Amino acid sequence: MILLETTKLTRAYGGVIAVSQVDFQVREGLITGLIGPNGAGKTTLFNNMTGLDTPTSGKVHFNGTDITRHHAHTICRMGIARTFQNIRLFKELSVLENVMVGLHFTTGKSPTKGRVAAVVRSYLKAKQEYDLMHEQAMRWLEFFKLDGFADELAKNLPYGHQRELEIARALATEPKILFLDEPAAGMNPLETDSLMKTIRRIRDLGITVVLIEHDMKLVMNICDTITVLNYGQNIAQGTPAEIRHNPKVIEAYLGKEEA
Amino acid sequence: MGSSAEFFQHLMNGLTLGGIYALIALGYTMVYGILKFINFAHGDILMVGSYIGLFIFDAIRGQSLGPWTIIAFFIAMLGGMIFSAGLGMAIERIAYKPLRKATRLAPLLSAIGVSFILSNMAAWMWGTKSRKLEYPFDNSPLYIGEVSITPHQILILIVVIVMMISLKLFVDRSRIGKAMRATSLDQDTAKLMGIKADRIIAITFAIGSALAATAGFLIALEIKVYPSMGTMTGLKAFVAAVVGGIGNISGAMVGGILLGLLETFGVALLGIPYGLRDTIAFVALIIILLVKPEGLLGKVEKEKV
Repeated sequence: MILLETTKLTRAYGGVIAVSQVDFQVREGLITGLIGPNGAGKTTLFNNMTGLDTPTSGKVHFNGTDITRHHAHTICRMGIARTFQNIRLFKELSVLENVMVGLHFTTGKSPTKGRVAAVVRSYLKAKQEYDLMHEQAMRWLEFFKLDGFADELAKNLPYGHQRELEIARALATEPKILFLDEPAAGMNPLETDSLMKTIRRIRDLGITVVLIEHDMKLVMNICDTITVLNYGQNIAQGTPAEIRHNPKVIEAYLGKEEA
Repeated sequence: MGSSAEFFQHLMNGLTLGGIYALIALGYTMVYGILKFINFAHGDILMVGSYIGLFIFDAIRGQSLGPWTIIAFFIAMLGGMIFSAGLGMAIERIAYKPLRKATRLAPLLSAIGVSFILSNMAAWMWGTKSRKLEYPFDNSPLYIGEVSITPHQILILIVVIVMMISLKLFVDRSRIGKAMRATSLDQDTAKLMGIKADRIIAITFAIGSALAATAGFLIALEIKVYPSMGTMTGLKAFVAAVVGGIGNISGAMVGGILLGLLETFGVALLGIPYGLRDTIAFVALIIILLVKPEGLLGKVEKEKV
């Protein structure tokens, strides 16, 4: 089943077309890779699917709903979470608090509406809410074996752990689909291996994973299906084996052979 | 009077004044923390809040003094707070939010405009004559040793301390407080965590404005209420926020109290003429900007890459 789909998605910044008429599908339960040379429009496509940016034209459908012009927080609440290429943790908050922020709306469900009510409720139930969030956040930290760092400030974590924490925070929002933007960037081979295992464990939780990655070993190893972008266009999609032998892809990466 | 008694006397006076500055400074600093914007109408929201509190109190306090008077006092304060909270949110919605994507100068100018509109409206509706909260309780000083402290000062100190502790607990421990901190650190990422940043901003304005109204009402008790009262008080509280480190909640508390103490001790012990009292804050501002521009508790912000 197709969980998320873009149709003829185009994003232009002035005269520069970053993404052009891209049809991109994400099937439920699979790990989908999004690859392409630098500047191919991968992150732009991510931004347009997660509500950080709005397409110039085209549509994004999630679970059958048109989410093209939805706010980022609405899209998150529907079940789409993401991480960033340059880690964007709340650096001045503790490791635990970062995950607790991810739990913000899942804990806050209540029939009471309105701003004043929300503040009053937050005040009265502060302890109860805090304990609940604390417990759930610790579970996510344990999933990543980060529970020992709970009270550290996020900025003090080693790099590899910061990447994991960002994923933990995204997972705390209970997504159906998780976007990872270059999760292995800057990691050593050992950390990358552990990341691959983590991504498989996330898939085993029933979460659909989409990742942008330059590390071909990782992509070819764990992706069930791969889409290739080049100059903002979708030039190929298929299984890792198909992609590896696709002449268009080879050309995009290595350049055309001089005649 | 012994010199140590005199010292404690000024300390008490400085703490009450500083506590009031701190309450106001919190509003500036919280809004700045989230929007990187100085709400120059903050002082005028304070003024409106104190008028509303004053009116409510006059309407409900009755003639005779009694336990009801103190209850009425707090009801009036709460009324002023709620009204100001609503006013603050409305101003944000109408005058600032539409300009959030404009140049940084635009909301600033809009805030100055709102400030003038509020103080002129107040002068037109309520007159320019200053009013005072009629002394509802016996304000003859109590003596602890040789130090005298008035019941009003005690009341002010209690209100200020309760407000500060509740705010600190709310921001540090509650779910919405956490969302506020996350939004102030990185608004886009906060949104991606499902936080309704617009609502968090509205709540921030509501809380800041309510604190300002509280401060205004306490000023009404000690000094007086008039349409332009927000201008100088607001500016000084803004200075307090900058001195403490703008964007930092503890910084605003420290900055406010420090400023109150500086003004009191500056006049009393350093012999600064009373007429120059208002300049103390701004001299302190210039010094802090030269020596530690990020403020006492502020952090140097690195440019995002």
